Amino acid sequence: MSAAASADVAPLGRMLVTQTRFQLLTRLRIPAFSVLSLGLPVMFYALFNAIYGSTKLNGVTGSEFILVSYATYAVANVMVFNFGMGIANERGRKLDLLQRAMPLPPVVAAVAQVVAAMLFALIALLILFAYAFLVGGVRLGAGTWLDLLWRLIIGAFPMIGLGMAIGYGVGANTAPAVVNAVYLPMAFLSGIFFPLRLMPDFLQKIGQTLPTYHYAELGWNVLGPGVADESAVRALLWLAGWAVVLIGLAVRIYRLDESRKFS
Amino acid sequence: MQAAAVELIDAHKRYGHIEAVRGVSLAIHRGDLVAMLGPNGAGKTTSINLMLGLRKPTSGRARLFGLDPADRRARSRCGVMLQESGVPDTLTVRELLELFGSYYPHPMAPERAITLAGLEEQAKQQAGKLSGGQRQRLYFALAVCGDPEVIFFDEPTVGMDVEARRAFLQTIREFGREGKTIVLTTHYLEEADQLAERVIVIDRGLVIADATPAEIKSSVVGKRVSFTTTQPLREGDLTGLRYSRLEIDRDRVRLFTNAPEILLRELFRRGVDVHDLEVVGADLEEAFLALTAEAEKETVA
Repeated sequence: MSAAASADVAPLGRMLVTQTRFQLLTRLRIPAFSVLSLGLPVMFYALFNAIYGSTKLNGVTGSEFILVSYATYAVANVMVFNFGMGIANERGRKLDLLQRAMPLPPVVAAVAQVVAAMLFALIALLILFAYAFLVGGVRLGAGTWLDLLWRLIIGAFPMIGLGMAIGYGVGANTAPAVVNAVYLPMAFLSGIFFPLRLMPDFLQKIGQTLPTYHYAELGWNVLGPGVADESAVRALLWLAGWAVVLIGLAVRIYRLDESRKFS
Repeated sequence: MQAAAVELIDAHKRYGHIEAVRGVSLAIHRGDLVAMLGPNGAGKTTSINLMLGLRKPTSGRARLFGLDPADRRARSRCGVMLQESGVPDTLTVRELLELFGSYYPHPMAPERAITLAGLEEQAKQQAGKLSGGQRQRLYFALAVCGDPEVIFFDEPTVGMDVEARRAFLQTIREFGREGKTIVLTTHYLEEADQLAERVIVIDRGLVIADATPAEIKSSVVGKRVSFTTTQPLREGDLTGLRYSRLEIDRDRVRLFTNAPEILLRELFRRGVDVHDLEVVGADLEEAFLALTAEAEKETVA
């Protein structure tokens, strides 16, 4: 009886693995996504490493400091462009419709989207780390590399929320405009591209509230005491708050989209 | 007792002010080959969406194998080809079949679905590079790859040329011979006639007929009487005759009637000049027009 019942539906684990694998493959094969998400961060890093690589920044070498900057940028980019705009595009071409009629639970499809985006971000990070190691001469020690990687993953959750909110909230045609209006200022005011303290006071105040700022701060903390402006704990608390807000918003938007299309 | 494969029980669906389905009840049994026929906007796609659980009825119920259509156990027994759905352009035909197969408990090997759909040469091509007809065949392969018991085809031959359409229908028919339940929507009447054992005619959200193609043809219009006249018809030549529809195309006159013998006897008695007389069973298209015209009369009245 139970054997027959278990054969009534496909195993969810296998479904999730296959769905994630093909989701990742789909995105990797779209040049706009792979070039933007995998190429841009390492290009920026190469450029700024050539300029500031040997300068001391906050007590560490420029090569190390901006490695963390562009690592957070790389992950945030994947979540907004690859994940968020990717979903908006797929919805625009009604890829979700046929999938919704399949025996694939929507939550499995959604989790596969997130896991695929994280794997994509991981690929982007590994490329960046390899460049930093081989060309930038960055030597962090195995523990520190892993610590950095772990922080980059944990700190990505607000950006996952933002990507998902954009993906389910706006149409394929308006997504680029929304991304530019929301994400670009966020990246600009995060201190990733140049230090926040060089900006006017009110912009600094705004920047210090943004998830991208705390994400970068969480990363810089890895490099040693005094490198970042705020403690890792403080950064984590800010990021947790942003994660609750943005993922909450994303889930609301997702449900709204669901009830509009499938009820 | 085994539950019907597909069931709608007094299903209504309202989108804002528009009631797309206004109380449809029907049961489709296992192994049935059913065509849902109706003009654009009649409520066919909405009915299919209710059956699939893509939409929830505003009132009434939809059942798949006695279960809620959104239930994974029910969905695992269904294959679907939808009108407006897409698939990721960057995956190959074979990859897509592997992906969609993973949703089902007992999928067929991707190669088998590829053979059934006749896509052997495109197996390694990305979906985005397929032609329109090949794409439709890919969607067919995706609909059957889970080896489902019931398959829904929503307007599967839209955009196909005559040749492709014929080949495609042949594929569906062969699949139906394996004891599969097939539900197909179409506004091509000959498609319903060729393929289905049962035709459900839907118009303005209501089922207005549910019978075999032959029954639908005979019950409504019966015969088409056509002839040529050398002299124009005079006023009064046709008054009082029993026919449901009249078409005059230059000197060719076509009458639709259930009683061709009486009609002809009266025409001869009146001395109407009749040449090239032809009496044939009306085809489904004519039956359909008569059916929808009748439903319209009733609604207006």
